[in-house]
Amino acid sequence: MAKKIGVQTYKLDNPVYIVGRSSIVGDKEAKGPLSKYFLKSTTDDTMGESTYEKSERSFMQKAISFCLKNSKLNNADIDILIGGDLLNQMVTTNYTAEKFGWPYIGVYSACSTMSESLAVAACLLDANVGKYIMCVTGSHFASAERQFRGPLELASQRQTYSQWTVTAMGATILGKQGKGPKITHVCFGKVVNYGVKDIANMGAAMAPAAMETLVQFFLDTKTSPNDYDLIITGDLGKFGSDVLKDLLLQKGFKVGKNFSDCGHIIYDASQKTFQGGSGAGCSASVLNSYIVDKMEQKVFRKVIFMPTGALMSTTSNQQGDSIPCISHLILLEI
Amino acid sequence: MRLEKVDSVQERNKLYLDYIEAKSPKSSWAKSLFHAFLVGGGICVFGQTVSDVLKACFPLLDVNIISSWVNVIIISITIILTGFGVFDRIGRYAGAGTVIPITGFANAIGSSALEFKKEGLVFGLGAKLFYVAGPVIVNGVTFSIIVGLIYSLIGLF
Amino acid sequence: MLETILLYLKVMFVGGTICMLGQILVIRTKITTARILVLFLMIGAVLGGVGIYGYLVQWAGAGATVPITGFGNALARGAINGAKTDGLFGAIAGGLIATSAGVSMAIAVAYLIALCTSSRTKKH
Repeated sequence: MAKKIGVQTYKLDNPVYIVGRSSIVGDKEAKGPLSKYFLKSTTDDTMGESTYEKSERSFMQKAISFCLKNSKLNNADIDILIGGDLLNQMVTTNYTAEKFGWPYIGVYSACSTMSESLAVAACLLDANVGKYIMCVTGSHFASAERQFRGPLELASQRQTYSQWTVTAMGATILGKQGKGPKITHVCFGKVVNYGVKDIANMGAAMAPAAMETLVQFFLDTKTSPNDYDLIITGDLGKFGSDVLKDLLLQKGFKVGKNFSDCGHIIYDASQKTFQGGSGAGCSASVLNSYIVDKMEQKVFRKVIFMPTGALMSTTSNQQGDSIPCISHLILLEI
Repeated sequence: MRLEKVDSVQERNKLYLDYIEAKSPKSSWAKSLFHAFLVGGGICVFGQTVSDVLKACFPLLDVNIISSWVNVIIISITIILTGFGVFDRIGRYAGAGTVIPITGFANAIGSSALEFKKEGLVFGLGAKLFYVAGPVIVNGVTFSIIVGLIYSLIGLF
Repeated sequence: MLETILLYLKVMFVGGTICMLGQILVIRTKITTARILVLFLMIGAVLGGVGIYGYLVQWAGAGATVPITGFGNALARGAINGAKTDGLFGAIAGGLIATSAGVSMAIAVAYLIALCTSSRTKKH
């Protein structure tokens, strides 16, 4: 059983290993700087489906299939599926779970869903619930756009501090035995709300959530930023990352070159995404490609993976409520 | 910004929002205003051209009918361009330059039609056609009736 | 000839300036498309209701009628003209009658286009 240390952090008795992973991205992401790390990419973002919601499902099902193949496990080996997505009622994951027929736990923390799934799965495995757990999440630009913003063909200018929802999926199989990167600590986040209401400015809204989880994790584990090779957030974007660095500095923690953000590195400046990528698929695909690749090559040995999620709905936003945010953290080691 | 020195959440949020406001990347003013002016003005010039051509071909037409025709033509072209997936690119360049002219209204209707037809012709396209442009009709019509009633009342005395 | 060129310059100037004001608003207040449409419509309707906008239309032609402010003006003028000719009934129906061509055409064309094509995902 995981042991609680400090206020929010849990240390796993037995580390949980990444035994399989896959990442599948759309066309725009495949043209970005991380292109060579992704397992699969497609030039057709519709995946041949009639609606973007169905395309998103198809993306997720492909990610899971590749993940199974990659890990050399069978369908029957997976005990539980844990995952979620950005669409209302998590329809993408629900239909995917129906298709594969595994027992299913749906989790939602918007763009932090990957770390939430992994953290929950790690705790379950550590408590002897199941042997292999599949974690999956992702997002699709077109389906997110039509749910959260407006019609795709609506001609409006995007704000300079806005981000671009990535079309990407990431799936990870966690197991109790293995070699390679393992999860040793998890830190479940609290909901943090600093009063930001502008849904185009996600970086600013979510940075405080990342700061509070990270600071609590440092205090709980009595460590400092220099003890880690990489501290990577999910989709704060360039602006949000700068804000987070400022906030951390105020708390007395200075992060330097070892800090990065999935959303910031998934696109380059020429792709006109302003502050970078966002969406659940952003951190999920980068974790299952770039980060774990580099860990296997021993470039990074201790990695803090902590995507952030914005937990508003379009209704709450239209009613003028500010954006509640959360960040779940996992510590990966090799 | 010294957030740790404040006690109440309201105070902390206010400090944070001020800090965000100051630090957020800004759009380039001169360029985006110029783009809006150029495209917006250009659309109006196009409208004037259509209007002059109509006037030359049909000298007997009423002024109001000609300006209605101009709007009908611009609206149709906009929606067709929206259908081809071209108009949002123009809009990204021009900003308010395409929103403020009647093209903005037309694009709002056209884009909603294209987007929501996937939920069917009744609950999708039918119900959500005015998803973005609806407020324009609702506010405009209500206001016009108020103006008309006030005018009728004044006329009574 | 000179007169025509002057008129077109006026059209460009007035139309462009209204759009530029909108753009200033977008940058300053991060206003959304729907709100900006409503705001400018109401400005046009108020100016039309009190009779000022008509001068602008006379002076700059399409520069004043093509922006959404012109649509607001047409609604208000329609109601007033209706009230003049048909009394109370005209006051109620006049606004929509004056603008019905644009609205009807927008609905019909949007419907037909939507039957032929779909929205597509964006690359930039």
